[in-house]
Amino acid sequence: MEDQIFQLQYAMDTFYFLVCGALVMWMAAGFAMLEAGLVRAKNTTEILTKNVMLFAIACTAYLVVGYDIMYGGGLFLDGIGGGETLVADALAASAEAGFEGGSVYSSASDFFFQVVFVATAMSIVSGAVAERMKLSAFAFFAVAMTAFIYPMEGAWTWGGESVFGLYSLGDDFGFIDFAGSGIVHMAGATAALAGVILLGARKGKYGANGEVKPIPGANLPLATLGTFILWMGWFGFNGGSVLKLGDMASANAVAMVFLNTNAAAAGGVIAALLMAKMLFGKADLTMILNGALAGLVAITAGPDTPTPLYATLIGGVGGALVVISIVMMDKFKLDDPVGAISVHGVVGLWGLLAVPLTNSDASFTGQLVGAATIFVWVFVTSFIVWAVLKMVMGIRVSEEEEYAGVDLSECGMEAYPEFTDR
Amino acid sequence: MKQVVAIIKPFKLDDVREALSGIGVQGLTVSEVKGFGRQKGHTELYRGAEYVVDFLPKLKLETAVDDDVVEQVIEAMIKGANTGKIGDGKIFVYPLEQVIRIRTGETGPEAI
Repeated sequence: MEDQIFQLQYAMDTFYFLVCGALVMWMAAGFAMLEAGLVRAKNTTEILTKNVMLFAIACTAYLVVGYDIMYGGGLFLDGIGGGETLVADALAASAEAGFEGGSVYSSASDFFFQVVFVATAMSIVSGAVAERMKLSAFAFFAVAMTAFIYPMEGAWTWGGESVFGLYSLGDDFGFIDFAGSGIVHMAGATAALAGVILLGARKGKYGANGEVKPIPGANLPLATLGTFILWMGWFGFNGGSVLKLGDMASANAVAMVFLNTNAAAAGGVIAALLMAKMLFGKADLTMILNGALAGLVAITAGPDTPTPLYATLIGGVGGALVVISIVMMDKFKLDDPVGAISVHGVVGLWGLLAVPLTNSDASFTGQLVGAATIFVWVFVTSFIVWAVLKMVMGIRVSEEEEYAGVDLSECGMEAYPEFTDR
Repeated sequence: MKQVVAIIKPFKLDDVREALSGIGVQGLTVSEVKGFGRQKGHTELYRGAEYVVDFLPKLKLETAVDDDVVEQVIEAMIKGANTGKIGDGKIFVYPLEQVIRIRTGETGPEAI
């Protein structure tokens, strides 16, 4: 009888993992729509190509080597099968852990859940470098990011490895990043920042005297749809990170994470709306959309411990922060068409620092050390990879190609051909 | 014969068309254009930065009419397009040398 309950629990936790993984996979669609909406029509096909391509590259690179670096799953996943003793091993592990103990689930489902997170981190990069980067340079960077850069910092955090044998973020500093405000979101934004610094702004974005010349996105309905898709996918992102559903305590934790994730997004929207209204006098939709995502990023480091009110406030601070950050980025002439560095980087850091407010297991020092470790590692390695790509093949399209739109130069087709003179 | 060209606010197209039909004008060509006059442009906001839209969307109407109805056509256009506010547009009248109906080869006022 006990064995049957353990089997059921195993099946349920595995199933939960897979469904959440599928929800996170769908975030790729959210990023694609958000980015397609916030770029100009002449760069739509290319940004969509980039999004579907990076997802495939991330899945493949992580399967080949990334998962092995991060969790020791073996090259080409040869260590995750479980063999003929899979059922017996799982039952033994379940019995040892006890009914309310740690979760036991199919390792294939673990890979599936982890791989979609890698793709999310990589998706963040594509929006920031949009409208001017060479597709080929982006593809090569995606390989480096998903096969090596991300898995290394993932190993130091969720993987439990020490940082080059020097210190352990978990054991020595109590670093906590529940679902990846830092590990996934800030890491993606940091790689994007390094890329944007080397790439430069879109032509015409900044005037000779530093004035900002806005380049409005082509399709705000798509950007809004993308934001809602991301919002929905985030329930898998944070909810799945509880890792277990099969007992009442875990089920309650999952429900709380869902609730807090949603509350933070709502807080982010309201704060960004008020902030935009206060600063610019108008309800700037693109800022409000970024506010929703900022709320979600902010709560991701610790959606399990805050009360719903705290979750709303943490998301709200993220939403307010993102509006200020986007305006500041332009002051530094860091051109980020979709606001990815602000949403995922600046607010990702805020998310990490907000954890100790409601979780006594975390400390500000520990969170800062974790954030600094991730930032330095990802920034330095990304900068090197971008710089090498820049020297070897160039990372930017020609001025003429940029003016005509990268849809034509990189993909040879336009997203909306009926608007041309054909 | 005259060619009458009018630049109007896009949302007044139906009114102008009705007014022109009312006096028996048989054909009209419409194109979407952009431009500026005394109304100048307006400012828009995107992600915290304001920018000026220099050229506003307008419609350009073209029609060919016989000399004796030109005044009526102009009146109808004014009646249809007037809102009393800046940016209502302008009407230009040109002499028209020849009109040919492609299907039948008719020329002159017959072809209008």
